[in-house]
Amino acid sequence: MSNTPMTDARPVLEMKGITKHFPGVRALSAVDLRLLPGEVHALMGQNGAGKSTLVKVLTGVHPPDSGQLLLEGHEIKPQSPLDAQKLGISTVYQEVNLCPNLSVAENIFLGRGGTSNVAIRWKEMRRKAEVLLADLNVHIDVTALLSSYPLAVQQMVAIARSLTAQTGGAAEVGTKILILDEPTSSLAEDEVKMLFLVIRRLKAQGIAILFITHFLNQAFEISDRFTVLRNGQRVGEYPVAELSRMDLIVKMVGKEIAEVGLDRAARAAATTSDKPAPAAFLETHGLGKKGSVSGIDLAVLPGQAVGIAGLLGSGRTETARLLFGIDRADQGTMTIDGKPVRFSAPLDAIVHGLGFCPEDRKSEGIIAELSIRENIILALQCKRGIFRNLSRARQDEIASSYIALLGIKTADASVPISKLSGGNQQKALLARWLATDPRMLILDEPTRGIDVGAKVEIMAQVMSLCDKGMAVVFASSEMGEILGYADRVVVMRDRTKVGEMPAAGTDERAVFQIIAGG
Amino acid sequence: MRWLGFARQLTGKRHFWSLAMLALLLAYNLVRDPHFFAISMYDGHLTGSLVDILVRGAPLLIISMGLTLVVATHGIDISVGAVVAISGAVAAALIGGQLSGETGMGEVTRFALPVVITGALGLALLLGIWNGTLVAYFGLQPIIATLILLGIGRGVAQLITDGQIITIYYSPYAFFGRGFLLGLPFSLFIVAAVAAVLTLLTRKTALGLFIEAIGDNPVASRLAGVRARTITVAVYAVCSLCAGIAGVIGSSNLMSADGNNAGLWIELDAILAVVLGGTPLSGGKFSLAGSVMGALIIQTLATTILSAHVAPEITLVVKGIVVFIVSILQSERIKMLLGSNRQDPTRTKGTPG
Amino acid sequence: MNRAPAPIERAPSRRPRRDRPLLPLAVTTGLFLIMYGAGAYHFENFFSLTVFLNFFIDNAFLAITAFGMTFVILTGGIDLSVGSVMALTTMVSATLVENHGWSPAIVIPLVLVMGAAIGFVMGLVIQYFKIEAFIITLAGMFIARGFCYVISVNSIPITNSFYTDVSTLRIPFLFDTSISCNVVLALVVLAVAFYLARYTRFGRTVYAIGGSEQSALLMGLPVARTKVLVYTLSGFCSALAGVAMTFYMLSGNGLHALGMELDAIAAVVVGGTMLTGGSGYVIGTMVGVLIGGTIQQLIIFKGDLSSWWTKIVIGLLLLAFCLLQRAFARTKRT
Repeated sequence: MSNTPMTDARPVLEMKGITKHFPGVRALSAVDLRLLPGEVHALMGQNGAGKSTLVKVLTGVHPPDSGQLLLEGHEIKPQSPLDAQKLGISTVYQEVNLCPNLSVAENIFLGRGGTSNVAIRWKEMRRKAEVLLADLNVHIDVTALLSSYPLAVQQMVAIARSLTAQTGGAAEVGTKILILDEPTSSLAEDEVKMLFLVIRRLKAQGIAILFITHFLNQAFEISDRFTVLRNGQRVGEYPVAELSRMDLIVKMVGKEIAEVGLDRAARAAATTSDKPAPAAFLETHGLGKKGSVSGIDLAVLPGQAVGIAGLLGSGRTETARLLFGIDRADQGTMTIDGKPVRFSAPLDAIVHGLGFCPEDRKSEGIIAELSIRENIILALQCKRGIFRNLSRARQDEIASSYIALLGIKTADASVPISKLSGGNQQKALLARWLATDPRMLILDEPTRGIDVGAKVEIMAQVMSLCDKGMAVVFASSEMGEILGYADRVVVMRDRTKVGEMPAAGTDERAVFQIIAGG
Repeated sequence: MRWLGFARQLTGKRHFWSLAMLALLLAYNLVRDPHFFAISMYDGHLTGSLVDILVRGAPLLIISMGLTLVVATHGIDISVGAVVAISGAVAAALIGGQLSGETGMGEVTRFALPVVITGALGLALLLGIWNGTLVAYFGLQPIIATLILLGIGRGVAQLITDGQIITIYYSPYAFFGRGFLLGLPFSLFIVAAVAAVLTLLTRKTALGLFIEAIGDNPVASRLAGVRARTITVAVYAVCSLCAGIAGVIGSSNLMSADGNNAGLWIELDAILAVVLGGTPLSGGKFSLAGSVMGALIIQTLATTILSAHVAPEITLVVKGIVVFIVSILQSERIKMLLGSNRQDPTRTKGTPG
Repeated sequence: MNRAPAPIERAPSRRPRRDRPLLPLAVTTGLFLIMYGAGAYHFENFFSLTVFLNFFIDNAFLAITAFGMTFVILTGGIDLSVGSVMALTTMVSATLVENHGWSPAIVIPLVLVMGAAIGFVMGLVIQYFKIEAFIITLAGMFIARGFCYVISVNSIPITNSFYTDVSTLRIPFLFDTSISCNVVLALVVLAVAFYLARYTRFGRTVYAIGGSEQSALLMGLPVARTKVLVYTLSGFCSALAGVAMTFYMLSGNGLHALGMELDAIAAVVVGGTMLTGGSGYVIGTMVGVLIGGTIQQLIIFKGDLSSWWTKIVIGLLLLAFCLLQRAFARTKRT
């Protein structure tokens, strides 16, 4: 196993003190990263930890607010991915980012050395492509379209492309650093093995590989060292041999439990009183959809908070979408108040008393040009139908009451919602659903990208509604959030539910263990 | 410096520029012809240049209002001209070009007038549903779906009229385009009725809000429970219905149906009216009143050009250039260049990881 | 545990794949053969080279502009100004040659540059301001058509000897038939378009943009430059088609090529090019033009249908192919 760290070699890349802000959100705070030549370095962290921002800084998509990039000791300031490529930093993205309608050979050479002339020499391109792929132990028909090959092969083609020399006029610069961003998300076991073989070959050539993945097994198998990010900060840099799986997870998801002012013990006591357990509001049996998630069994009681835990890619968002009717389930059943329901559109779910705050509030949540007031009353209006219009006075009334209740910082509810900060937008979205008086609220990463103060306010509001009988199902990457607020924890892994337990009195390590897969 | 603040407030008001342009045009006309604003009673009804503008502009006013709703959903409908031609042709065909024996103008029609109107408008409505279904349920781009109807539609209109210009002899039909009610041209009542119905529908029900939501962010709208598909079909249906009404008025005015020339280029005028009225082509917040003003500007401009003896051919070029310029002014790039001091966290270039 | 697995091998012989790129072209060609065969079966004289070539002569200019349109649609864009630019070309040519006595040797290159310039400006605005192509080219359509009427409301007949000579020139072809210069022009444009699409970096970049513009950008391809160039090319082809039209019509008229944008788009889409871009062949557009012509011929031969049916059938055929493309895209996604 080639996991020996090479700490005496001079680093090929150093990122020092990288800080990057986006309005309302601090994505990276003084992050350091060191890459040694010929090592495989895994960048680990949850969604929103800052991994892809760091990569974007490295590849020139965003300039950092402060900090330095040193390539082989010289400072670099790439202005675009092309710049970075010219410097020898190549990236293979999760979605491969090639053109599926072009042939393999073209995808390797178009725009790189080999087709610098206006006219294309097909034979030569084909021959060079075959040679390059053979180096990676891939023997395919390079004249076929890229889309006719599975993703594993497409990734090899992307890697091959990143290894082609740049003929930017001066001396040819070979690839020094190869960034692999979630390369194995859609690969089968044997394809992953193939990829690792290729990675080891590239290692042997002295190329440093930055490997981003959420599959812990794979990270342990192939990497020499880890850098762990959390909430935009570097938790640490560790040689693989010195870190156990458990330690890694703990470093990634953390253990802080937010202070909510609710007495956890009191809540736990309330739920284990002598009162007979109320009937479940929503139940699912074997709910699933081909290509999405499967085997989802849930029972949500009124007033209960269910937290869905799991790593990136485990299927939390997909489950939320199935519950709300955004995606149509083709397996299993769902009942509300004991009666079977089948949702074909979100409006069906809304009419049954559900609400949903999506993960990506920018593209799926807020309607940017509409006013704050209009965004808040929208779902309620949909529930009432076209003709039972809410008068302007009533709209103002509803909007201002929620603005006050949630502490949304705005002078005027009639300005476009796009003018609010991230945290306030999330509060407005929450208000949208609260205005429909839901019986169950589904939240997907409710506090992502929001400052700490707003996080606490939002969750406090949600919890107080729970106490009044509203059920909540929320998915989160932050273990502290889950254990701090949920009554029950559902654990997801590999797109199916793998465990469930009450949150109170749970040993966190037990949860981590289930998430990690034992 | 207080007047500066006042000026800024005034120019920021929603329809300032449209009103200003209209006022300018009217003032210009007044200068050239002191009797421009003169309205007099003649033969029991109002006449005058202003009345002329309104009457001639009635079809455009109606179509512009219908098109506003389509544009608000981030769509477009360039088939309105063809629908104008088709509805006129259907009406003419249903009436039949028969002369009665004794008088020159026939009192004879193959079908009763209500049937004629229902037929013409009904077909227009169906064509609108056709457009809307292609866009909402089959996912065709609006430009392509309506381009197809534009092509087919002219052909259909020609088929109905057999390539001829059909003269309509049935005199009661002339009432829509030429008649007067309470001293005012009847077509203005139709315009007012359409305006009233559309305004009620969009502002007194939630339909206006839903349309704006769909135009701005169809995904988020659906997640909030908006019935995006149904509403999209509805707006195209309304737009074509408006085109049908305009076709009836137009053919009634001329007492003829011309498959070739009816509604020619009216789609350009309508698009221009909508953008002049402040509704962006990318959808979202819309203004029916703005489109009405835009249509009035276009009609006044046409009249001004005629009376100034400028070659009317130049208007097509001018209109095209204005659409060009307004598109640029409404584009994302301009917004970025101008709006850099807007504190807008959702519209920054970067996204946090 | 790390025993090397077998290298990835795909035998060159076919595995059943859903992405056979030639499938749409095969469907189109099949359709053409079926229609032509039906015509030949039903009507005498349908299956004659003369009829076929006459059709070619009548539609050469449509083919030329459709070839330019193919490149635009391959990038996922659209150009609604083609008919108007053609008409403007005829108008400008006619007025310069007839009313101002300019020599065709100057006028023809001039109008070609004019067409390219119009396309260039539209492409620049579309790319730089990030505006949807349909509205800019729609505005361009009105502006160009408007300029036609500004030049002259009436038709301007062309009597210049160069034009009349070229117009009547017939090049002998097989079996006692002959073709006009326009046909030769169209075939030359076809050959150039074919070469551009298949053998130049420009052409491959066009396909790349249509396949995935974001990927093309990340791959370092000159996306912005190429997108402006396709509209320039389309403008040039429209102007060239306009020149061909002056040879054919021997007049400049604001009503020329009215509605030709629909015919051009139909030819491209029916020819197998996806409206979303990235897939399609120039040869397919040629077949698309042939199908349009066959429909025209079938209707003429039938005799009892008015010629307006041609527009309707072509429109419906375009619709059918658009719907087919949507269905195809949907099955590909699952």
